[in-house]
Amino acid sequence: MTFTIPIENGNGVKNAEADSQRTLYPYVTGTSVVAIKYKDGILMASDMGGSYGSTLRYKNIERMKAIGKHSLLGASGEISDFQEILRYLDELMLNDNMWDDGNSLGPKEVHNYLTRVMYNRRNKFNPLWNTLVLGGVKNGEKYLGMVSMIGVSFEDNHVATGFGNHLARPILRDEWREDLSFEEGVKLLEKCMRVLLYRDRSAINKLQIAKMTEEGVTVSEPYSLKTFWDFKAFTNPTVGAEGSW
Amino acid sequence: MDLNLDAPHSMGTTIIGVTYNGGVVLGADSRTSTGMYVANRASDKITQLTDNVYVCRSGSAADSQVVSDYVRYFLHQHTIQLGQPATVKVSANLIRMLAYNNKNMLQTGLIVGGWDKYEGGKIYGIPLGGTVVEQPFAIGGSGSSYLYGFFDQAWKENMTKEEAEVSILISMLMP
Repeated sequence: MTFTIPIENGNGVKNAEADSQRTLYPYVTGTSVVAIKYKDGILMASDMGGSYGSTLRYKNIERMKAIGKHSLLGASGEISDFQEILRYLDELMLNDNMWDDGNSLGPKEVHNYLTRVMYNRRNKFNPLWNTLVLGGVKNGEKYLGMVSMIGVSFEDNHVATGFGNHLARPILRDEWREDLSFEEGVKLLEKCMRVLLYRDRSAINKLQIAKMTEEGVTVSEPYSLKTFWDFKAFTNPTVGAEGSW
Repeated sequence: MDLNLDAPHSMGTTIIGVTYNGGVVLGADSRTSTGMYVANRASDKITQLTDNVYVCRSGSAADSQVVSDYVRYFLHQHTIQLGQPATVKVSANLIRMLAYNNKNMLQTGLIVGGWDKYEGGKIYGIPLGGTVVEQPFAIGGSGSSYLYGFFDQAWKENMTKEEAEVSILISMLMP
């Protein structure tokens, strides 16, 4: 073990040993999560892929989980950190239940808790490498918020993580309305997920959609989207063979 | 050609775990390499944790050995306290605890496989980073790159023990 001499500069004393505890890079990652508010509550969609660098290693990862009765957490980024966050939330909800006071943590409270956790880890240079989407309905009030790995936190009518920021947001800004029905909401999410499937290399065609209403939280069975590949140039390849890229 | 004999012992490995209709089958190759030199051609990468739970090790030989040793120790105490055999899930979670909390220092991918009376045969994959993934079959190690395609088409639900064993034997033939 080398002995480092502390160097003083304007920022205070630096010591190389202090760098040893930090998450440097993610290993197994999930891609985008997209979520919208609709007439009766919140809809959230994500695929079931877990990438290991550029390899699509796992195809059955659930990246959306119910939190208590009122909320749903979706995550992109490092899956092991997401699993750790679920453990923290388990403990949080358990302690909340133990008060036995008839009160239960709603989405707003869970979002706030997550924001504090993410921001504090960021301050210690040891982030949880996730972007989280927290949605839910409590006492008739719909809530949808997002927290990033550096602790940036906000609420909105529609959110997206990762590639979804670039591909899904413009679609949502254009087509989202306050009074979407369930079917319209699902169609809008599927439209976003289809674009992500076409254009995000780490996306897979196996997705789940979660629904949060006053009645509770449900996550659908996995299913696939129909995609279009019937380009004229491919149906009759020899016709346009010259001068085509 | 430079034989870097001081390179850390890594395992250049293929490890596989497959569930079948009565339990699990685990497989592994036996090569441990230091750079280009084969340090051990008779390694045993399938390590026992309890009577009913085993783990396949890949990545750094030292890291995977020390993690296995700790988990075997914890599981031994846990079994005494519990009064009955530890479950595969608990074993996998103990490995996860070490793998996740020391993710900056460890470089080992593990496949935990075993049988308990509650869930039957189960396989848990624990890659770098400390994610736990329960799977009907799992492959790992640097040699597993060649097997993704093979298992995508060869694996099916409810295989017999013989079919599971054969799929593992064939896999070991891939470079």
